[in-house]
Amino acid sequence: MIYEIAGLPRRKHLLSRRGRRGRHWCGPAIWAKLPPFVFRVPIPVTTGNLVEVDNVTFGYDRRVILRQISLGIPRGKLVAIMGGSGCGKTTLLRLIGGALRPQHGRVRVAGQVVNKLHTRELYQLRRKMGMLFQFGALFTDMSSFDNVAFQMREHTDLPESLIRDLVMMKLDAVGLRGAAHLMPSELSGGMARRVALARSIALDPMLMLYDEPFAGLDPISLGVIGQLIRRLNDALGATSIVVTHDVVEALQIVDYVYFMFEGRVVAQGTPEEIRASKEAFVHQFVYGEIDGPVAFHYPAKDLRRDMLAGAA
Amino acid sequence: MRKGVADFLRQLGARVTGMIWRLGFASRFFLLMLKHSGMSFRRFHLTVREIYFAGVLSLIIILVSGLFVGMVLGLQGYDTLVRYGSSEALGVLVALSLVRELGPVVAGLLFASRAGSAITAEIGLMKATEQLDAMEMMAVDPIARVIAPRFWAGVISMPLLAALFSAMGVFGGYLVGVRMIGVDEGSFWSQMQAAVDFEEDVLNGIIKSLVFGVAITWIAVFEGYDAPPTAEGVSRATTRTVVSSSLAVLALDFILTALMFRGN
Repeated sequence: MIYEIAGLPRRKHLLSRRGRRGRHWCGPAIWAKLPPFVFRVPIPVTTGNLVEVDNVTFGYDRRVILRQISLGIPRGKLVAIMGGSGCGKTTLLRLIGGALRPQHGRVRVAGQVVNKLHTRELYQLRRKMGMLFQFGALFTDMSSFDNVAFQMREHTDLPESLIRDLVMMKLDAVGLRGAAHLMPSELSGGMARRVALARSIALDPMLMLYDEPFAGLDPISLGVIGQLIRRLNDALGATSIVVTHDVVEALQIVDYVYFMFEGRVVAQGTPEEIRASKEAFVHQFVYGEIDGPVAFHYPAKDLRRDMLAGAA
Repeated sequence: MRKGVADFLRQLGARVTGMIWRLGFASRFFLLMLKHSGMSFRRFHLTVREIYFAGVLSLIIILVSGLFVGMVLGLQGYDTLVRYGSSEALGVLVALSLVRELGPVVAGLLFASRAGSAITAEIGLMKATEQLDAMEMMAVDPIARVIAPRFWAGVISMPLLAALFSAMGVFGGYLVGVRMIGVDEGSFWSQMQAAVDFEEDVLNGIIKSLVFGVAITWIAVFEGYDAPPTAEGVSRATTRTVVSSSLAVLALDFILTALMFRGN
């Protein structure tokens, strides 16, 4: 990154390994006078957005899911991405997490272009991300405790006693310290979601991704998860993206909303602006009307003709 | 008519290219697995845990089957040998057929249906419930953390299971031949000791079982990893594991025997 700013071709540094590390590097004269560590200091990202999706197009085979979509997620905010089933919300989340690569456009997280990273760099970035999957995706062969401890054991050399304290703190934050010894099969849906939430914040991520966190929960669990998402975001100083179609719950907790329809952002704004929106699609979605821009009927032949075809 | 033939040919072609494509994918998967095998040995407890599930839990079926196969060999072998008046060679017959053939092959078939199917189902379900995706999002490579330890556990378990199967079979042959029928105990053991060669028989048997172990667990982990993430997909993959690894064991057995055959 820094080399691009210096206006030098990248190739030069790939040829000279020393140059890449910044030692004995023959750059502009003034650079040579600076102490070597200067070259290794990453440039702080000055823009307000932690995540920037820039003109991204994505599709499987012939089916286009995202069409030149652009949006930004400001640092420290809790942002919802809403839309009907199959509009590409989850796909967008996977693009941000680097699980998928767009055909066109760029996805930036903390200044790094996710879709250009090598596996090692991507894994480095993912250590600073947490993701809550739709149904928790807990490891079924481990207890709740081991699930939360998983990343700490994989990525750090912390002593087991410290890991125990950290895990208990994380589980306490979601109210399940007492369930540490239970296996995922012994947890209810809402509890499993909370354990998974504790697991995803295990390494205090800077970016949290939530994939349908409210799906299939009873009203109490729903409220609990909603409040946890808000509180954890503020306590960790993290940035969170919530992909959901649960309008009522989401509008209560988020700072900003993007509305997606057929792979595009069709509306955006604060929860108040969304509630007051006159746009037909947003209105239909927020108030759950049966017919509108999203038709009740799947495209089909003329009804009369279909019936007659059955009689013939 | 012409359209039908063209369609048939097109489908045939699609099938063949599909199979070749899948074979290539399986080979790349195999290489990737070898490349990421470091963790399986650096953190050997991961592999030991899988050895417990694949190997130790298969012990009962392997030992019981070994005993019965040995006992049947004792009966059938005695029946044939006694016609030529050489019933003392029963020990040789039992030991050689077990160590060279039946041990690796039958243990391999049992291992495929007991452990191979379990590995496929487990990995397939981990994929279906997004556990592998979650692991990847946590910056942990599922191939290194989940797949490779299972593979090496299978490769390590298989020769040990085959050896135990053969040992149990020899014991079963002894029970029937010596204890039940009354073949001379001294000649049973001494002829066996004289006739079974370490390199020619035992080592070849170990090589066979090692090759079967690689084939079975490779098929099992690949089918699990490649399974469509649905209930139907996982059940199909499990069936395919048992069918193709059993066929692979039998086909490889013929190839290996042909290579090892000296004709003397």
